[in-house]
Amino acid sequence: MKKVALNGAGVLVALFAAFPVYWMISTSLKPSNEIFSATPQPVPTHPTLAHYREILTGNLIPGVSFLDFFLNSALVAVSTVVLSGLVALLAATAVARFRFRLRTSFLIMLLVVQMIPLEALVIPLFLMIQRLGLYNTLPSLILTYLGFSLPFAVWMLRGFVAAVPKELEEAAAIDGASRAQTFRRVLFPLVAPGLVATSIFSFITAWNELIFALTFINDQGSYTLPVAMTFFFGRDDTNWGPVMAASTLFTLPVIIFFLLVQRRMVSGLVAGAVKG
Amino acid sequence: MTTLTEVPETSAARETPARRRRRVDRLPYLLLLPALAIIGVLLLWPLGQVVVMSFYRLNSVRQLRGDREWPWVGLGNYADILSDPFFLTVLRNTVLFAAANVLLTMVLGTLVGLLLNRLGRKMATFVASCVMLAWATPALTGTIVWKWIFDDTSGLVTWLFNALPDGLSNSLFGRSDWTGYGWFNSPLLFFAILTLVVVWHSFPFIAVSVLAGLKSVPSELHEAARVDGASPWRVFWKITFPLLRPVFGILIVLSTIWDFKVFTQQFVLAGGTQDRPTFMLAIYSYAEAFSPPPKYGLGAAIAVILTLILLVVTGFYVRMVLKQEDES
Repeated sequence: MKKVALNGAGVLVALFAAFPVYWMISTSLKPSNEIFSATPQPVPTHPTLAHYREILTGNLIPGVSFLDFFLNSALVAVSTVVLSGLVALLAATAVARFRFRLRTSFLIMLLVVQMIPLEALVIPLFLMIQRLGLYNTLPSLILTYLGFSLPFAVWMLRGFVAAVPKELEEAAAIDGASRAQTFRRVLFPLVAPGLVATSIFSFITAWNELIFALTFINDQGSYTLPVAMTFFFGRDDTNWGPVMAASTLFTLPVIIFFLLVQRRMVSGLVAGAVKG
Repeated sequence: MTTLTEVPETSAARETPARRRRRVDRLPYLLLLPALAIIGVLLLWPLGQVVVMSFYRLNSVRQLRGDREWPWVGLGNYADILSDPFFLTVLRNTVLFAAANVLLTMVLGTLVGLLLNRLGRKMATFVASCVMLAWATPALTGTIVWKWIFDDTSGLVTWLFNALPDGLSNSLFGRSDWTGYGWFNSPLLFFAILTLVVVWHSFPFIAVSVLAGLKSVPSELHEAARVDGASPWRVFWKITFPLLRPVFGILIVLSTIWDFKVFTQQFVLAGGTQDRPTFMLAIYSYAEAFSPPPKYGLGAAIAVILTLILLVVTGFYVRMVLKQEDES
């Protein structure tokens, strides 16, 4: 009896959590008459890829297609990932491998800057981007997201670097490897999985971001996907089929990446409070 | 062998301890330099700059580019904001929304965490996977889907209310035809739906964190209490909660910080920055600064107020994390 109640509660929770995602995908596969019918169909009775075809082949504005926005977003996100991964690896090595005077201060600063409300930085960063002449360019976003993703990336990578046994590096050093060689040949391959996990978080940060992309980019051809979606689909009388197809294409990479690394998210965010 | 290792050691110890230490010491700083530069330029400098900007009257992009001068107004922007009765509305919205969302997220998240801990393995995996989906969904698309669910013609909720027996619907809500009903028109309903969207997004993190905490607690304690006949309510407050107190502390602080600055969900749900009665601090600051006519200085002042509120909460967070690191 108790078991039934528990399982029933479990099903309810699962339904509440997963339903919107299911409804997004399901709507994207329905023909328009099914989407706008008086009685909603729980499953598409005549599944179709028409909405996907429509967004992928048509132009949202003259000369600019969904794929162009997708590529803008991908370019920004991948650049952010590469830069932030590189810088974070150096900093994480410093923090995990050396004892130096400012180490603790740096770690505290990492924690504190992660708490800066990024929403409060739109105005001053807008000023900086204007001054640098980067307004309306994708590098303005790469730069911004680099700053946003770096503290968490360092914080997370620190654990991965610390987990590599120091003896391996010492052995390499005894064998005559230089510091750079040890770093490249010993530490780097062993930290690589951690670097991948960290990169995914930076990617998601950059891929999902809306406010700054909305503010720094004015030229429609340079819109990132989130901006394009709020701009073209946020109007009244929305045609939900293509909107849900676009949302699905936007969401799927994130979900896949996210499921690969979600464990680390918890330990990274609660930073030592949770063991296990 | 022994001579080989001894020679460099003794010579290093005798001749060059200072030089060696200096050489070793410089490397970590070099490695930190790029990260420090980026954090300094892209996070700390803007944080200072937003305070500076809040003291000026900045109403055009040309001022930002440096083509026009910046008239100093001192605390003028703050005086304008604080004397405007609308600010009280915004502050009330922000605080009530954050309080309601933190409470609901924590309660739901904790309950789901406890549930996951009690379910059988297969069921737990299934439920946890579904919960992960909600967490993984980007704020943007998650909100768009909820907007579709509350669509006033073909949305699921509209259909659901239409499906209610007319008599019941009439006596409860005073209407039976819900087609065309604007779910987002009254501020209270708007906030209710926004709460639903935000709680849906944020309860998974709480659930998973609580579950991880529960797994670290020896289950004998709970079993012993249960054998002694304690009710689940008592077991939670007398055993689980005290043991997981640090986890709960951090989760509450993190949730508070996140719920105070909700932006994307509100922006998408409201379809922009026109819906002033539902403004909260983050979107208020943005709208003042970027909706024409731009008022960057005023927006900056609001951003500073938001930051100050969060600074207090962050103080608690950092203290808690550091305490945790010391204890572990």
